[in-house]
Amino acid sequence: MPLGPADLAAIWLTLKLATLTTLLLLLLGTPIAWWLAHTRSRLKAPVSALVALPLVLPPTVIGFYLLVGMGPNGPIGQLTQSLGLGLLPFSFAGLVVGSMIYSLPFVVQPLHNAFVAMGTRPLEVAATLRAGPWDRFFTVALPLARPGLFSAGVLGFAHTVGEFGVVLMIGGNIPEKTRVVSVQIYDRVEALEYAQAHWLAGGMLAFSFLILLALYSSRRLRPAWGN
Amino acid sequence: MAEGIEARLRLDYPGFVLDVDLRLPGRGVTALFGPSGSGKTSLLRCIAGLERAGQGFLRVNGELWQDSAAHLLLPTHRRALGYVFQEASLFEHLNVRRNLEYGWKRIPEAQRRVGLEQAVALLGLGHLLERMPQRLSGGERQRVGIARALLTSPRLLLLDEPLAALDVRLKNEILPYLERLHDELDIPVLYVSHAPDEVARLADHLVLLEQGRVLASGPLGDTLARLDLPLALAEDAGVVVEGRVVGHDAHYQLLSLALPGGGELLRVAHAPLATGRQLRCKIQARDVSLSLQRPEGSSILNLLPAQVSGELPAAGGAHVLVRLEVAGTPLLARITRYSRDQLGLFPGQRLWAQVKAVAVLA
Repeated sequence: MPLGPADLAAIWLTLKLATLTTLLLLLLGTPIAWWLAHTRSRLKAPVSALVALPLVLPPTVIGFYLLVGMGPNGPIGQLTQSLGLGLLPFSFAGLVVGSMIYSLPFVVQPLHNAFVAMGTRPLEVAATLRAGPWDRFFTVALPLARPGLFSAGVLGFAHTVGEFGVVLMIGGNIPEKTRVVSVQIYDRVEALEYAQAHWLAGGMLAFSFLILLALYSSRRLRPAWGN
Repeated sequence: MAEGIEARLRLDYPGFVLDVDLRLPGRGVTALFGPSGSGKTSLLRCIAGLERAGQGFLRVNGELWQDSAAHLLLPTHRRALGYVFQEASLFEHLNVRRNLEYGWKRIPEAQRRVGLEQAVALLGLGHLLERMPQRLSGGERQRVGIARALLTSPRLLLLDEPLAALDVRLKNEILPYLERLHDELDIPVLYVSHAPDEVARLADHLVLLEQGRVLASGPLGDTLARLDLPLALAEDAGVVVEGRVVGHDAHYQLLSLALPGGGELLRVAHAPLATGRQLRCKIQARDVSLSLQRPEGSSILNLLPAQVSGELPAAGGAHVLVRLEVAGTPLLARITRYSRDQLGLFPGQRLWAQVKAVAVLA
């Protein structure tokens, strides 16, 4: 195998980053999606727009503002410093924060769709069967939203694996800390090491295809929502 | 403790206001009847707490569920009710058994008055327990929905047109189960319906709603026979009488029923039934004719002495609807205006009602 230890380290780091980001995003995205699906607040439209922003912004814009915000003079930077956490840019923790923002819409939207498609009826039924709000959420809403959770997890993971711009802006290129596969490919190409670049790029291509294939196959097999 | 259901509820929506003040019996089946858009379902949802009536007072057999004056509004999951939705709305991720257990598990053991086996037997679900809802027919789904609601041992069972989404065959499959519910469990039921035949078969008490208001509320027989209600104008206007089986003529295969109050007899073609059983029959106004003298030599079997208590022009102009009393049991007769004048009908007049057809409901 033409892949060196640096490549393997980048792969390992990427998987670690994507896994952690996805788990945190499911925890954060579920309440956001739930709120968006059920609220009648006037804040709904602005929050929806905010969540969708990473879909349209160039990653460099997100990366730039994160860099400024998390830097020593930025509000997030001052907060993390006063909490004794140090500064986030050019650290793995910083990458996680950046990835979460970058992949947020990919997690929130499938969950939001699942909650909307489910409607309020199953929750009303559960209420008439003596289930309180949390009980209803965990025993009815989440199980019924399982396909949405699956899509959200898969898309969040795949999208985080595929990021480049945000990582480069706020993570730089530190081996075993912030150098993920996409950055490693860039390095290999810069160094004209095309064979290694091929292995990494081809691997990414195959991985992304397989993950989307899994997603769409499961969608086709699943019975329609509701009925 | 006050028996019965006391509901003063007001719900304001743009273009629709529900405003009711009702006292309903704390037992038996009460039908909420009216055209679509009359507020039947909204009323039921307010009672369940699924719709928040801004202003209201609701007490169910002594238990206070809402009192806006005291800022009390019990959330749905704290109300001891069972609710059956129009579409069964089963939990698609749980099999039949776990659907049934969902509410049952959530009430304290001491409060469980309906057992799993009892509900399964009552609704005939024994062979379906391990099925997923996707693999049930419409009628089966609705039966599971009803059993699931019963298993919370509700103090009040709310049924929102549970048969509306079903075809006639499935309706006839479920109606007997609902009748058994009525006969075997002592749980008051509020039954939303716009189908007169369901109401006639199941209800003891009738609430008539129109545009969010209560037009009438009273015992079924009396309310159906009221001439001041739109019910009387319907093509199939009629009354429902409940008779007690007193005998059976095996040779002619006729069942004799004693009407409440007087001991007047109705004879209907029917298989033998145990003496003393109550049987519900519908007598349509157009099947009742009137005669001043006791008719002799008539093929009509049922001849009842009656007294005129009111009349109303029927739709079309050629007919009138005459309200009669047969020893306290109200009856309606639809006759032509011409006949009315020929007979010279007046309130209080005594005459004979000939009943051409009696439909046995249950």
